[in-house]
Amino acid sequence: MTIQFHDETFRDDYTFHNSPEGIRRFPFPFDADSYMYSVNLEPHAGGKAGSPFEKRFDVDEHYVAEMRDRAITLTEDPLRCQSLPHMELAGWDFLELVMVSKSEDYPELFTLNRDGDRWHWINRPLGIEQRFTFLDATTLPCGPMEYITRQTQGDHALLDQRDGNLWMDAGMVTSQADWSLDFDIGMNFFEWHAPVPKAHEMGVFQRALKFLLNLQQGAPVRRLNWTMTVNPRLDTSPENYHKWGPEKRTVAADNVGAKQYLRVELQTLWRLPRSNAIAFPIRCYLCSLEDIVTVPKWGRRLHRVLRDLPNELAEYKGFAVNRPTIVDYLAAFDDGAPTSPGIFPD
Amino acid sequence: MPRTEFSPSITSRPVYPGLTPQGATPAIMLAEGPGAEAILDLAALDASVMDLAHLIYIPAGHDAGPRLAALGAKMYREAPSYASALERYRKALADARMGTTLYLAGSEGMIGQAVAEALAAGLPPEAIQTEHRGTIARRMQCVHCKGVTENVTTDPFVCSHCGLTLFVRDHFSRRLGAFQGVCVDAETPGIVPAVQEIKP
Repeated sequence: MTIQFHDETFRDDYTFHNSPEGIRRFPFPFDADSYMYSVNLEPHAGGKAGSPFEKRFDVDEHYVAEMRDRAITLTEDPLRCQSLPHMELAGWDFLELVMVSKSEDYPELFTLNRDGDRWHWINRPLGIEQRFTFLDATTLPCGPMEYITRQTQGDHALLDQRDGNLWMDAGMVTSQADWSLDFDIGMNFFEWHAPVPKAHEMGVFQRALKFLLNLQQGAPVRRLNWTMTVNPRLDTSPENYHKWGPEKRTVAADNVGAKQYLRVELQTLWRLPRSNAIAFPIRCYLCSLEDIVTVPKWGRRLHRVLRDLPNELAEYKGFAVNRPTIVDYLAAFDDGAPTSPGIFPD
Repeated sequence: MPRTEFSPSITSRPVYPGLTPQGATPAIMLAEGPGAEAILDLAALDASVMDLAHLIYIPAGHDAGPRLAALGAKMYREAPSYASALERYRKALADARMGTTLYLAGSEGMIGQAVAEALAAGLPPEAIQTEHRGTIARRMQCVHCKGVTENVTTDPFVCSHCGLTLFVRDHFSRRLGAFQGVCVDAETPGIVPAVQEIKP
């Protein structure tokens, strides 16, 4: 299937939209009618054909527009992409992983020719052709992590492993759910998760860290996380909170279906071969409430989840102020019928 | 002034377990204001900690200099401010050998900056001891303009660089040696909650 890349924006006039196929393949994050934190990791070893779980690095109709939005954010704030000096090798590891995966999974879009350390990369959707020497940063226009993550949807963190912990020592973060790479860079697993309520007491992070320290090469894992965002904005950064914050208060009964988005992160974790670091892509998918409810199961379930969510989580995820409006809207799409298990549409 | 007891908080918020003597090993000691009392207590537990110690004291209005000088540190220096002590402190860190202990005592702002310097210089975290004494004022980084405001004692406060009104988070970066400040009226410009004194 040929992907039709949208010409759309994630700021100002917000022309972002999902096609009907885009809605059907949206990674709806709730497999039951209620939600609480869990580690919920599973092997990232393919998935349903056409779903965002099928390929190693999902490329969808928003690819070109998302990369354009990233470039705008980086021009305004270069600190969104940082790598501590010891992380360059991990950057090369990640570049290799993405180039090999994409060229194998999407041969019509990406080509990688390798002759020893002389590599030739072609990215057709973005119109990029690059010859370079693998592991020689002087042959790329920027560092290897920045180079490949300017061409890969989702935020990306590279985690160094030492002293029985994971350290967020590099990243490209322009589509984040309100956290700052510039502030968090250099933190360990417990420090960067510190602001998350409840989960520490539940032991979620201790268990997740123990699991991740033993992550093996060739056996990536994935999980879904979610929040709510007003307008299809990728750059919901703390840096720009004073700029996008007022938009959060523009939600009303007559526009909530169009303005309020469910924001889902498909998080994958990959052991990297040379550096022993872990690559942590955080891929963001957006879907408006009015598009969600076109899938009856999702409309019913989202209503029940958001209605019953502990207030502490609604506060942390930043939508407590709009929750009544959202729940009122969704109630009209919940007839009380039972829902089938699992995340996919019936 | 006794050791400060802080209320429980999130896992990125630093804790200051207090100073424990490691005997007559090479030591760098940095004390600020009432932090002098922590060094005096340390030396009272084991006077030999001073034998190989390089002690730098920033009085900050607290007159403990003569008592510290009398402890017999291998090197003793008074500095009028952290900034004025910085190059000497960096040199001490750069010259430090394996097995050197770093003792820090004073305000959160001084400890935060001094820990960040020590980690950047390659000192292992387990070689760093900290004890909080004195003011609970915080060193805050504005997440918006990235400017650091020193000695913040209220929540919210006004960023001394960009002028935004920021609320005081407990989220702390050891790399920056600062807490995070975030615009308090981002969603409702001009509607700012009442100013309160920061509590320990």
